[in-house]
Amino acid sequence: MDDFLIRALVAGIGIAVVTGPLGSFVVWRRMAYFGDTLAHSALLGIALGFLIGINPSVGVIVVCAGLALLITGMQSQQHIADDTLLGIFSHSALSLGLVALAFMQTLRVDLQGLLFGDLLAVTSTDLVWIWGGGILALGLLVAIWRPMLALTVHEELARVEGVPVALVRGIFVLLMAFVIAVAMKMVGILLITSLLIIPPATARRLAGTPEQMAVLAAAIGCVAVAGGLWASLTWDTPTGPSVVCSAALLFALASLPFWRRGYR
Amino acid sequence: MAPGDIIAKAEHVFLRRGSKTLLENVSVAVEAGRIITVVGPNGSGKTTLVRVLLGLMTPDSGSVWLRPSLRVGYMPQRMQVDPVLPITVSRFLTLGGRANTQRLHLALETTGTGELADRPMQALSGGELQRVLLARAILREPELLILDEPVQGVDVIGQNELYELISQVRDTLGCGVLMVSHDLHLVMAATDHVVCLDRHVCCSGHPEVVTQDPAYLELFGEHVADKLALYTHRHDHRHDHGSPEKPAAKTPESRHG
Repeated sequence: MDDFLIRALVAGIGIAVVTGPLGSFVVWRRMAYFGDTLAHSALLGIALGFLIGINPSVGVIVVCAGLALLITGMQSQQHIADDTLLGIFSHSALSLGLVALAFMQTLRVDLQGLLFGDLLAVTSTDLVWIWGGGILALGLLVAIWRPMLALTVHEELARVEGVPVALVRGIFVLLMAFVIAVAMKMVGILLITSLLIIPPATARRLAGTPEQMAVLAAAIGCVAVAGGLWASLTWDTPTGPSVVCSAALLFALASLPFWRRGYR
Repeated sequence: MAPGDIIAKAEHVFLRRGSKTLLENVSVAVEAGRIITVVGPNGSGKTTLVRVLLGLMTPDSGSVWLRPSLRVGYMPQRMQVDPVLPITVSRFLTLGGRANTQRLHLALETTGTGELADRPMQALSGGELQRVLLARAILREPELLILDEPVQGVDVIGQNELYELISQVRDTLGCGVLMVSHDLHLVMAATDHVVCLDRHVCCSGHPEVVTQDPAYLELFGEHVADKLALYTHRHDHRHDHGSPEKPAAKTPESRHG
């Protein structure tokens, strides 16, 4: 196997292992569109990074995190429905990023790459980011797992039982922003948001506890990455979309009626 | 904590949301080892009062006091676990964070939910769910147990059993209990003290006394008398010729709310 292929596989697996458990919460808490919105702010982050002369990756993380906190803060105001609020931020952030880029004559950003990513172009430095960041993210997620699960099931009950709800939720939202920002730079908006949603949704019908669902989602994500890479290599198809297609195929398979019925 | 000691109280609580007054000069006190029931029609501020006591809402004026480091068990009014979240009863119970296997078994046994341990939360009946919620509350070995409409979605026979269970829990743990009900007559036998709420405290005292209180009668209307009659006859009517009218329609909530 070629080096670039191994790097792509290692990077994809590194991302899938984190997005499985993290994405489970995204699915449980109906935050799919929230993740999408954060991803759309990436362009703004890159522009900002160049503008004030910091690493674009850091720019993306800062903008994602800032947006995540802003949206979370505004959601508690409750004057506007959540999906409307997210729609406003999602499209404004993307447009603002495009407008900002237009002002910077010298900067050329590969929009195609940002949207679809290029798993095959992952460098060794990227791998360090993905695995270093991934281990950090997973550690944090494990640390807040029980309180986060408690407040997902019933927020007020969790609060009465002593869970610091605002703190835990804040950590989770920042964690999500961090994972999306780091991964998206390398694998694109499409792949990161898909890996957050599709593997957990696939795992749902096969799992009996939240923890089973999280672990299964990680495993399914890894299979999707491997399958997508293989397909991309075999049929010379674009890598990121191939991974998404293979994840969708797994979801379709898991939805077939001969599996254990999910409880409804 | 001796029986009769005050462990939690709200004093002269006022709470407004927008132009609506939700609580007006409400005072209640919960004593260790005693069961206090807050009754009142829909929209009378019962749940708001509970939320204020739990610290989930801050009153505009007045004070809320809980004995320092008081362990509180809470049974929320309504709960529905999203079907997308796979979770068994025993996993749900451990989410409160104070469970080991032994205590888990004890809580399951006490509430009669032992055989439900491996069931998905979404597959529980109304009565089973209430028992599981009670199990989670008592797992914390609470000194104060707050129950918001604990018999909701439970049939009449199950309601009596559940109230009995709550009395039992009070006896075993020696905790103070504050519960909310829209129906005084069912809860009468299981309560030591009643507070009748209609945004302000209309009357309070021993259940027998409260039911004779003019303020109580006014709040629940003169129909209280024939409601009692309905109660006596309820078992004859339950499964009669598929009448679309459910027993629940005869509660004061739906009559006067």
